[in-house]
Amino acid sequence: MQRKHLHIVAALAVAGLVVGCALAPTSAALDQQALAMMQASFRDQGIAKLDRIRQDMGQQACSSPNAPPEAVARQIEAEALASVKWPQGGQYLGDWREGEKLAQNGRGMTWSDPSTNPGANGAQCYNCHQIDKKEVSFGTIGPSLLNYGRLRGVSDIADPASAAIVQYTWGKLWNSKAYAACSNMPRFGHSQLLNEQQIRDLMALLLDPKSPVNQ
Amino acid sequence: MNPIPWMALALVALVAALPGAAAADAPPKSAADGIAEYRRMLEDGNPAELFEAKGEEIWKTPRGPAKATLQRCDLGLGAGVVKGAWVQLPRWFADTGRVQDLESRLLSCMATLQGFNAAEIAATPFDKGEQATLAALAAWISAESKGQKLALPQNHPEEKRFYELGKRAFFFRGGPMDFSCASCHGEDGKRIRLQDLPNLTRNPGNGIGFAAWPAYRVSSGEMWSMQRRLNDCYRQQRFPYPGFASDVTIALGVYMGVNAKGAESIAPALKR
Repeated sequence: MQRKHLHIVAALAVAGLVVGCALAPTSAALDQQALAMMQASFRDQGIAKLDRIRQDMGQQACSSPNAPPEAVARQIEAEALASVKWPQGGQYLGDWREGEKLAQNGRGMTWSDPSTNPGANGAQCYNCHQIDKKEVSFGTIGPSLLNYGRLRGVSDIADPASAAIVQYTWGKLWNSKAYAACSNMPRFGHSQLLNEQQIRDLMALLLDPKSPVNQ
Repeated sequence: MNPIPWMALALVALVAALPGAAAADAPPKSAADGIAEYRRMLEDGNPAELFEAKGEEIWKTPRGPAKATLQRCDLGLGAGVVKGAWVQLPRWFADTGRVQDLESRLLSCMATLQGFNAAEIAATPFDKGEQATLAALAAWISAESKGQKLALPQNHPEEKRFYELGKRAFFFRGGPMDFSCASCHGEDGKRIRLQDLPNLTRNPGNGIGFAAWPAYRVSSGEMWSMQRRLNDCYRQQRFPYPGFASDVTIALGVYMGVNAKGAESIAPALKR
């Protein structure tokens, strides 16, 4: 009896699907179809493998013209902050000259690049940000970082008053989603785009009082 | 005959006229101003014309195992009608039961009329073999709609569905840098370095974005179809490789083309 009942339910469901085909698909159905389309449309090429379109929670939640629900955004941020790896020995700053080179370099991680080793990657900062005023070829997707450290009152990196902004900047570079769930900025440390030393050098570019960014 | 050397000279002249040099006395030019000026300088000599002539010739020439021309190919407005076809693509085709863009439609015609192997052509690298044929055909066919307004049909349920799929693909974030198409093309007035970025979630204006491809790329000396443009977007997005004429590329074409409804097509355009 129960089995027969199940058959009827199944038949009704199939009939519903057939009728449904004549109508516009629901938004949820389109979401599923779009995911299937993404999986079917791409292939591996060089270092760019299909795992790159397997989304994590944050990527999925930020794949819409609308922001994710507040609770989801807070969860993404909390998990991102918890994932930040702080610098060994509390050494936050490297060499701003190296940082400037990295900021200029937009290479890395495409299917035409030979290696995923962070050492082969640039930080591509100027693609989206103004940084040193001498560089006029800068993008505008991100905010201007001109005078980044000076505007935030960092005149001595060892001063405990600077600690909060120093840590925030490290966290932002390591995992930008820690402070904005759907930030456009790549997660340079978290996604292994840059290594610790490279991030130290970028920190120096932004925060070292001697960096041209702060002149 | 080779256009490259004098074009390189023109580029040098243009670069000399660009922001750094001009900054002292005049307000800095936007990248778009510079490119518009560059286009004017080359108005009578867009190398795309060479590809247009080649494409027209290929269309009329008996080719492939069946030694047939493409003159009975239906690009959406009836067999053999080329004028006006480009500004209504991608669209639904009843004979294949698919929404198709220009390149996927040409693949179907080359298979059914001329006996070519469509899958083999789709797997051929850009600019090689029959892919070079497709680029030339796209140049000519788009040129036959130059000055017309984009008017992609949205009547068939599949055309509407592909718009919705394209929208989802446009906002799909992934890859090691978390980029989607919308990361760069979702807002007005943004740029990468000095390159202005069109907002493709709406009509960005005449001859901008979807209305500017296919185009001749001066930097690479190549004729790029929309398929090739999208392919390089995904490379820079750090995604894996989109199949030629795959559904995601066609759905994105529908999304961008429908959003740009009414924009005047300048294809084949000239790009840096």
